[in-house]
Amino acid sequence: MAVVTFVSYDGEKFEATLKEGQSLMQVAVNDAIPGIDGDCGGEAACGTCHVVVDPQWSETVGLSSPEEEEMLSMNPERQPTSRLSCQMAVSAAWDGLTVELPEFQM
Amino acid sequence: MTVSQAVIIGASHAGAQLAASLRQEKWDGDIVLIGNESAVPYHRPPLSKAYLAGRSTLEELEIRNLEFYAKQNIQLLDATVEAIDRSSGLLTLSNGETVAYDELALCLGSRARRLPTPGADLAGVFYLRTAADVELIREAATTASNAVIVGGGYIGLETASSLRALGLHVTVLEATERVLERVTAPEVSAFFHRIHQEAGVSIRTGALVEAITGENRVEEVVLAHGESIPADIVIVGIGVEPNTELAAAAGLVVDNGVVIDSHARTSDPHIVAAGDCTSHDYARYGRRIRLESVPSAGEQAKVAAATISGKSKEIAALPWFWSDQYDLKLQIAGLNTGYDEVILSGDPSRDRDFSCFYLRQGQLIAADCVNRPRDFMFSKKVITQRTPVERSDLIRVPAN
Repeated sequence: MAVVTFVSYDGEKFEATLKEGQSLMQVAVNDAIPGIDGDCGGEAACGTCHVVVDPQWSETVGLSSPEEEEMLSMNPERQPTSRLSCQMAVSAAWDGLTVELPEFQM
Repeated sequence: MTVSQAVIIGASHAGAQLAASLRQEKWDGDIVLIGNESAVPYHRPPLSKAYLAGRSTLEELEIRNLEFYAKQNIQLLDATVEAIDRSSGLLTLSNGETVAYDELALCLGSRARRLPTPGADLAGVFYLRTAADVELIREAATTASNAVIVGGGYIGLETASSLRALGLHVTVLEATERVLERVTAPEVSAFFHRIHQEAGVSIRTGALVEAITGENRVEEVVLAHGESIPADIVIVGIGVEPNTELAAAAGLVVDNGVVIDSHARTSDPHIVAAGDCTSHDYARYGRRIRLESVPSAGEQAKVAAATISGKSKEIAALPWFWSDQYDLKLQIAGLNTGYDEVILSGDPSRDRDFSCFYLRQGQLIAADCVNRPRDFMFSKKVITQRTPVERSDLIRVPAN
């Protein structure tokens, strides 16, 4: 089964098993990954599921949509490969993916 | 040595977050999450939107899946609590059983305000609060052609948009002079009025419901000036009332909600509370406020979990809200109470994206942002930090 690694701001690693049909945010909250809140439930309304995708993976998982871009544009921790994980429908092809978590979700 | 038990009454947004946060705060005792909807805690906002329109299943709305609760050793208990005995630390359930607690959390939520009109108990009159409510509405909508919605607030307008998507003729009855009267500036009300009219919804303002009539089920809604509107289904969305009875009966301080301090503690040091059922003295606003907001419920729950775990967090976040109607995403930052100036960015009489900024004495205090997430995030930050803003900071061309 495909496994993704979340790396917390202070470097701690958490692995979660991907489930098709879920967003990466759902995978994280169902697996109790600290640092992903997903307060709005996946409507791209709150911006509390921000992750930074390992640049090597950005071609596979894709870059942010214009809507995500609007939500992330004010974020001081924004990186070129930043995404809202609620907008990332997971795929089995993501086995081995690493995403970093920001210090604060806002 | 006995293990401490934390019991949470209410398994919606606040309760589910509180249970999860307790584990994050390293609470190592037992956790019992008591709900009475016999469902895994689910997201309520999509009920009037995607769920009503048939675009999502209840499983898709789960806040966290069933496995999460098992893995985190959180017991989900389907029961109704009848009474809290604070002296013995015992809850009495409606089936007569008791549950002991060392620490108790009240996430009692709110319920739909009932329409006090003759005929409001007829078949075909619905309220919209739970997944079960929506399933009944969806079922009735399959054979209905005319829907009347009583109340032009967020729930009423979201429901109107979803029922239009299902192909019904929809009439919204609003008692005041404009929709969203209680929460937005006239310009924003006019915008949503226009959008709904363009979508084919008939909106009647100043419309007081005199009676709901029908032989065996609803047939007509009668207005105060005598007009009758045909209705196969009626959905009432006239606000909510906090569920405070259990707390009041247990002798806790209640004042338009279970009163909590900035650490989410009630008047009993072993009982915290979070969500729609609470009222809280917000330093930012200098008054006691009861919020009906998913993000606030989540924040209060996180603070309450810290308090139970012997840590110290404070309720401090700026209140915010969102609503989806048609292709529009409305995001609201802050409370606009007491505004003395409105600045518009974009033209709400023409566009489908704009922001309405509310200022008091030149300071930004709130913003309604339609399809403008960037303005929303900007406003949230500026309002939270009380940064001075110029008119030119607010009026700008959106990024896309």
